[in-house]
Amino acid sequence: MSQADIVVVDYGLGNLRSVTRGLQRAGANVEVSHDPAALTRADGIVLPGVGAFSEGMENAKPFRKALIEAVDDDIPLFGICLGMQMLLTASEESEQVGQGDVDGLDLIPGKNVRFGRDQTVPHMGWNELTVEREHPIVAGVDGQYAYFVHSYYAAPEDEHASVASTDYGHAFPSIVATDDDTVFGTQFHPEKSGKTGLRILRNFVELCDSSA
Amino acid sequence: MTLAKRIIPCIDVDLDDEGNAAVYTGVNFEDLRYTGDPVEMARRYNEAGADEFVFLDITASAQGRETMLDTVSRVADEVFIPLTVGGGIRTREDVKETLRAGADKVSINTGALEQPELITETAAAFGSQCVVISVDVRRRFDEAGEQYTQIDGESCWFECTVKGGREGTGVDAIEWASEADERGAGELFVNSIDADGTKDGYDIPLTEAICDAVSTPVIASSGCGGPEDMYDVFTQAGADAALAASIFHFEEYTIEDVKSHLDARDVPVRT
Repeated sequence: MSQADIVVVDYGLGNLRSVTRGLQRAGANVEVSHDPAALTRADGIVLPGVGAFSEGMENAKPFRKALIEAVDDDIPLFGICLGMQMLLTASEESEQVGQGDVDGLDLIPGKNVRFGRDQTVPHMGWNELTVEREHPIVAGVDGQYAYFVHSYYAAPEDEHASVASTDYGHAFPSIVATDDDTVFGTQFHPEKSGKTGLRILRNFVELCDSSA
Repeated sequence: MTLAKRIIPCIDVDLDDEGNAAVYTGVNFEDLRYTGDPVEMARRYNEAGADEFVFLDITASAQGRETMLDTVSRVADEVFIPLTVGGGIRTREDVKETLRAGADKVSINTGALEQPELITETAAAFGSQCVVISVDVRRRFDEAGEQYTQIDGESCWFECTVKGGREGTGVDAIEWASEADERGAGELFVNSIDADGTKDGYDIPLTEAICDAVSTPVIASSGCGGPEDMYDVFTQAGADAALAASIFHFEEYTIEDVKSHLDARDVPVRT
């Protein structure tokens, strides 16, 4: 059993209790923290999130610098749902509600875009994961179902960043990862995706453990 | 690929003689039979491949409410699937407490009928994805409705009821569903008083009328006697999710039985 120390970023949004339970079930020691300094001593960081992009970025402002520095120091960072969208450069969501450009963390260059008008949003429910390329984070999950709730999705500039995709009217990236294995994200909620979600969390915790 | 149709076990939770939370299941409209411990049942359904889990608090006391929130937390710790909690939610504060206890969604019934702004406010504060509007509906064959459906050659409308179907409200359920949708409800949870406990199948005309009226997902409830009833409500009425209690609690069918039946008949399910 892995013993990686994972810090869950508490910036006031998201269901931290279930994320925490999921990570514990995946074998991690979990600390939920609202202190940016806690990130430097982590083996891995989880950025949860539910809600709107601009609100998320605003609330997470105190963590901005610490998150970017942690990734520079090769501490793996895993964004969930809105937390994943925050890893990108920008989002149509803040533009559409007239809040101008709100800067994302820009750890994965690209933009979050809205599903087409012909699709019912939010995309909510269980949908299938198709693994795009081999990667430790997606071990054992090809063809499995995960639980989604979202109206926007990530469109990274580098298509290689998409390690799994899901079809909702068209294929979109449902799991992203950078080449250096420091930044990851899932559009769905792994903590609510049954055994498949727990497998992904375990993949992440093991990856943190081996790089610790 | 399309979204999988969801299979959702539901528990009705009350206090037992010692004041502990316990699951009760109605048997043929009559006695409520003690069925088990909520946390234990949640764990079992999570393992068995349920797509979501619904927890309905059927106590009505303040003491019950405290115990229920504590039980919700313990259930939330056991399930790695979405958890919906309903029963007695009437204010924004109730919503907040329930979500904080670990629910992913709240199901609001009477509270929303009494105060429709509660839907708008809750959706704005916590997001539409966590707002499930639940309606207890019965068929009426008189002139008081707004939208009529033909059932076996008779003209009928659907009325929202409260107090477990014992009291009518005069509100047309189809109109109400559209309003809830416009106010930001994320899902509609449709219970049929006529079908409840019959095991003769879901109320197809009711479910279909609501599916046609709204843009949100619809959860069909009441009347399930087995997998073929679920097949019917998915394919004939267009429901997105099917809820059942007694067929699972009394182990007449497992979730796997239901899903393999649906899968064999080309209904997309998460297996």
